[in-house]
Amino acid sequence: MKNYDILIIGCGVTGAAVAYELSRFELSVGVVERSNDVGCGATKANSAILHAGYDPEPGTLCARLNVEGVKLAKQICEKLSVLRRELPSFVLAFTDADIRLIHELKERADANGVEGARVLSRDEVLAIEPSVNPDILGALYAPHSAIVDPWEYTCAMAETAVVNGADVNLSCGVRSIEKHENGFIVHTSGGDFSAKYIVNAAGCYASEIAAMVGDTDIKPINLCGQYYVLDKCEGKKVNSVIFRCPDEKGKGVLVAPTVHGNMIVGPDAFEVRDGDSVGTVAETLPKLKTSGLRSVPGIDFRQVIHEYAGVRPATADSDFIINISPACENFVNLAGIKSPGLPAAPAVALEGIKLLRKCGLETKEKKNFTDKREVVRFNKLGEEEKAEIIKQDPLYGQIICRCETVTEGDIVAAIRRPIQPRSIDAIKRRTGAGLGRCQGGFCSPRVHEILARELGVSPLDITLGNDGSYILTGETKEAQR
Amino acid sequence: MKEVICICCPKGCHLNVDDENGYAVTGNGCARGVEYGKKELIAPTRVITSTVRINGAAYVRCPVKTSAPVPKGMISEIMKKLDDVLLTAPVSVGDVALANVCGLGIDILVTRNL
Amino acid sequence: MTADRYYDVIVIGGGPAGLAAAVSACDNGAESVLVIERDREVGGILNQCIHNGFGLHYFKEELTGPEYAARFAKMVAEKENAEVLCNTMVLSVTPDRRVVCISKELGYRVYEAGAIILCMGCRERTRGAIAIPGDRPAGVLTAGTAQRYVNIEGYMPGKRVVILGSGDIGLIMARRLTLEGAKVLACVELCPYSNGLTRNIVQCLNDFDIPLYLSHTVTNIIGKDRVEKIQISRVDGYTPIPGSEFEIECDTLLLSVGLIPENELTKGAGIEIDRRTNGAFVHENMETSVPGIFACGNVAHVHDLVDYVTAESLRAGASAAKFAAGVRCGGRSVSVRNGNGVNYTLPQFIRPENIDKSVEIFFRTNKVRGKSVIRVTSGGTVIAQFKRERMAPGEMEKITIPKPLFAKVNDELVVEVCDDPV
Repeated sequence: MKNYDILIIGCGVTGAAVAYELSRFELSVGVVERSNDVGCGATKANSAILHAGYDPEPGTLCARLNVEGVKLAKQICEKLSVLRRELPSFVLAFTDADIRLIHELKERADANGVEGARVLSRDEVLAIEPSVNPDILGALYAPHSAIVDPWEYTCAMAETAVVNGADVNLSCGVRSIEKHENGFIVHTSGGDFSAKYIVNAAGCYASEIAAMVGDTDIKPINLCGQYYVLDKCEGKKVNSVIFRCPDEKGKGVLVAPTVHGNMIVGPDAFEVRDGDSVGTVAETLPKLKTSGLRSVPGIDFRQVIHEYAGVRPATADSDFIINISPACENFVNLAGIKSPGLPAAPAVALEGIKLLRKCGLETKEKKNFTDKREVVRFNKLGEEEKAEIIKQDPLYGQIICRCETVTEGDIVAAIRRPIQPRSIDAIKRRTGAGLGRCQGGFCSPRVHEILARELGVSPLDITLGNDGSYILTGETKEAQR
Repeated sequence: MKEVICICCPKGCHLNVDDENGYAVTGNGCARGVEYGKKELIAPTRVITSTVRINGAAYVRCPVKTSAPVPKGMISEIMKKLDDVLLTAPVSVGDVALANVCGLGIDILVTRNL
Repeated sequence: MTADRYYDVIVIGGGPAGLAAAVSACDNGAESVLVIERDREVGGILNQCIHNGFGLHYFKEELTGPEYAARFAKMVAEKENAEVLCNTMVLSVTPDRRVVCISKELGYRVYEAGAIILCMGCRERTRGAIAIPGDRPAGVLTAGTAQRYVNIEGYMPGKRVVILGSGDIGLIMARRLTLEGAKVLACVELCPYSNGLTRNIVQCLNDFDIPLYLSHTVTNIIGKDRVEKIQISRVDGYTPIPGSEFEIECDTLLLSVGLIPENELTKGAGIEIDRRTNGAFVHENMETSVPGIFACGNVAHVHDLVDYVTAESLRAGASAAKFAAGVRCGGRSVSVRNGNGVNYTLPQFIRPENIDKSVEIFFRTNKVRGKSVIRVTSGGTVIAQFKRERMAPGEMEKITIPKPLFAKVNDELVVEVCDDPV
């Protein structure tokens, strides 16, 4: 049985941030994750935006940790070479009521300490972002928003934690937790673990985990949101994150480019059974088009390449739930981390560590903490660099994913990273192979072959995503055997 | 009178075959339709294309076909025979992978150079 | 970067279009021809199309895909002035005819060309493109991807299969999977007619008693990790009819819902794209809007017969060789438009001066029709008429217009289809 000072349950963006921050200290840190990869819950399916922080109500944890976190997120992305792009954001106002709302948001921005936010007239907006609907009356403008690859941001923190000695235990879904005098024994689908402290960062399942130690205060509300992803020809059409005025259900449908150059349009919001209810719905999905076109009339929805849905880990509490469990000592909840959880994550992690210290955890800094991560992305290199890297490693001369220009070199390097990918989707998240317009039609059999070869397993054992999502059912020429 | 769609070429002529009067065919675009229409009602045949195992090539399967159309009723039996064929590279288009399959006087031919 | 080498003609893509274009460029005087192929060998998608039915027009015999490819590969190999680079990916093409490509062996290369022929083929429409709702389990894949797994890699993608779309690849895979022991439960088609060739409905579905549901579509995919079942609904036009749903328990959904020409390099070179074909606008000689860059085969418009790809590519190869030799095409340009009942035409422009004896126009009709008349008009004057017994969108039509008729043509030619009144 592996024994840790701290066991983090869940390796989404929050869990990864806690692992990363804790790996600075002379401590043994473990993470258990039910999926076979990191960041497979709410982390991988959201708007991918590092919000500036004008939205949350002043005085809340959401507001403070968003503004604190987004600054840390910027540093982390730079240090750990995570794809991130700074761009302005707008909240469009179409009615007089909207205008009142954006002035309110401007006041919130000031109260929350967001720099540079101001209300712009229609013409000022169109001068900066010509793609927006000319019917607008004005917009709130925030110059310092950013888009990120939320999955990579998570993986980068998790990988850095591993490099600094933490364990990330994948395919370990927690079944039960025993509380003992000296700590906890956590029973998972991948074995048992013991720990002195537990951090509950289980996203949509945080309430279930808390209930295992008798804490039944967290009341989950699983809010699903759907998105369209459009081809890169559409991604070029906007150079900012374009929101509608928020309503009681959320920030409304946004239009934004992604760090990979695509465009996303979404989300909507409707309650679902649990965090795994990420199917798209025929009746509601097309409504996103109407909303998207209202903001940016020039979107060509013939260029849709993908749809996805994600579940926000909201709770009955309108704020994040960050506490030492009232039912169980040495057990810290980081629950209800819905939007703006992505920018807030590093600050949420630091809050969590504060609470662990309150529980008695001693934190002594390591001398040789590694705080960098380097990744080669062939498709981001210049001409000369491309020529050079192929000379160094010819595998970079073999394109596997033609839509995203991902090479065998990129894929093999991804397989050899500190957290080993085990599925086709895990390769897609790490390299972009299969992310493009053919959606893996051409490259997935090739990725499949490389993955099986590098892992030394049969292609029959390779899955699309989670364990159980097998791709092949057998060999040909066996029908009669 | 029976209606049959000709599969001899992509045109897909809609044939009318008079099965009570010597299988006279109408609606055909060419002579092959006459033959096909009659055969399809009396003793239908098909060309089978499939793969067989191969060792020592860039791929583990080699495509093959029957050298001539085979009786439709024999298809699954021929597929069974193919399951047991194992070629060794190199092979060329036209090589016999399995001779006289099921005693039909028809061979299984390689269709790719591997 | 400076160019590593010059070729008279560079052909991008070594599938059926690229191979035929290369052969023809050599035959028409090109002194150096380079074929750049991204896969391990030439032949393109034909190598996985192991079924027969290819070559009836061109070779006057029935061949399988790999056999058809092998014949052209041999012809190219026998040309002394033609070179083939496999495992090589083109990253960009410029309007001044520079080609950037990479490979393991050669690294990063820049070539210059007298003329370029784009032969990149097409890709399959995906689940994402048609927005099939539901869960996202494994077991949903395009028919072509399944074809590669089965025919090349020797693996089965499923045991109980439903096919959405009645395109030819889907039909062919229905038969192929059945022969390998899978149970193909249904083929579901949104349109009230099949999009594949009639012969394939007969020999791939009817032969194996696989039901074809016309005017139906998949309205939900259910399954956590792997497809468990799918929901099918009848449609009115394109809209699912509430209450008509039924479920099929299966582990696989194959998609055969259309092909899209792969024109990312084309767009990168600033070449104008026709929204109707999703390929480049081309002239009678397959030249695009950028002089000296030609396009042929499925990259220009999706074909259903490889023989037609070959014919078109032979024309492109000859034109490219001429261009590389310094011959420029001039004269007035007639724009070809799609009239009633016609979805698109190709070529989109004809320069009468540049026609030899006659010009072929390809098009697709917009619905299944019985006895019909194809009418070619210019400024209200009928230039030519053709009769057809039946027409279908799944079957590309070809008409030939003799050069002398262009004397009566103004700057526009309209192709339309109407019911034959007789």
